[in-house]
Amino acid sequence: MSVDVLAVLPKLARRLGGQDAVLAAAERLSGGASMETWAFSVEAGGQRRDLILRRRSVPFDPETARSVSLGAEAALIRAVREGGAPAAPLVHLCDDADGLGEAHVTARVAGETLGRKIVADPRFDAIRPGLARQCGEILAVIHATPPPAAAGLKTADFLAELDRYEEIYRASGAERPVLELAFQHLKRNAPEPVEPVLLHGDFRNGNLMIDPKVGVSAVLDWELSHIGDPAEDLSWLCVNSWRFGRPDRPVGGFGDYADLLEGYAAAGGKPVPLSRVRTWQALGSLKWGVMCLMMYQSWAGGLEASVERPMIGRRVSETEIDLVQLLEQGL
Amino acid sequence: MITHPKADELAEAVARWIDSIRPSLDPRNGFLARVAANALGAISRELQLGPAAEAAATERFVVLLDHRGSFVDLNHELCERLRSGSMTLETPGLLAALKANTLEQIAIDQPNYRHEG
Repeated sequence: MSVDVLAVLPKLARRLGGQDAVLAAAERLSGGASMETWAFSVEAGGQRRDLILRRRSVPFDPETARSVSLGAEAALIRAVREGGAPAAPLVHLCDDADGLGEAHVTARVAGETLGRKIVADPRFDAIRPGLARQCGEILAVIHATPPPAAAGLKTADFLAELDRYEEIYRASGAERPVLELAFQHLKRNAPEPVEPVLLHGDFRNGNLMIDPKVGVSAVLDWELSHIGDPAEDLSWLCVNSWRFGRPDRPVGGFGDYADLLEGYAAAGGKPVPLSRVRTWQALGSLKWGVMCLMMYQSWAGGLEASVERPMIGRRVSETEIDLVQLLEQGL
Repeated sequence: MITHPKADELAEAVARWIDSIRPSLDPRNGFLARVAANALGAISRELQLGPAAEAAATERFVVLLDHRGSFVDLNHELCERLRSGSMTLETPGLLAALKANTLEQIAIDQPNYRHEG
């Protein structure tokens, strides 16, 4: 659905703030192929509210989509906030009257999301040592949250994830010995399944709003949420591609495994051994490698024209060297 | 047919020009311009390092598979043998060869990438 968002936002401002409310500012922050994020502000009665609009710009297909609908995302945000996890509060789930298609509005939480700044900027020196533990505590809360039925989440375990990505890799026609070795090795060394829980699904440095005073102020981007192995969320945060040049700090480029896992257990999470995290972490690197191939292919197939897409195809080798290192150290 | 300017020099000249106009671009195009300059960097490095890296990778495959062939054919055969399980992580020399090949590829793709320790 093609929508002139800037033309529609004043009406949304009145719906959210009353008839006297005005749109004070609006700016598109980023856009993937299918999702738009807008920062906007509503002023009414001398009060200003800073808000975030997320909207899907192409129709949602629940059968083929990996992501959940924005309605499901809204249900997830409500559910995890009840348990005490930091997600930006939901302000409004859009309906037909808004004329924005599938969209929701949340409060705008202050902080930084750029991974490179979080791992290196002196502004975060004071809170950085506590972030890994805090992430463990937050994941324990998310994993303990009963999955909202309305979200209609899919379930995936280690072998199902591996199969899904192997299928995509096969279809790509790429022949990369390291990826092939990783697929076969992980298939033979898959961890035993455990009781599945609610997962964020994309819990990594880059999707965490970090405040220089309080640490993690919001967990963003719930669209890849699903039901699965707790180690999947714990390990995705540790994949080297999200350490932003700090491989010596395995948790997001800011912390250590022990702090993450201790925080997780201390907040009521069932203890997860490091070896299990490392095996899932290898699957994480492998998945990111296949995603890089997919992004190149979306360009090669003419679906997307951006120069960014083919260049991401050259990031496959970063996942290969990380996989070689993990395999060398033993999984 | 000619010796100068070499292809990697042309790529470098374009990358420098892109860098020079980046400050005048809006944030989205500024980001894409940086990606474009990085792509030209990869092109330069591949022109300089690619032929030797592919020759070295092919030699490593020859040792592993014990016969000669083109890079593409040997790479295909290796993938097939890994997929069938006739070669595994335990195969002597396999991981060392893959590591050497991958390090040479990352030197082209992302020389500043700091890999898993």
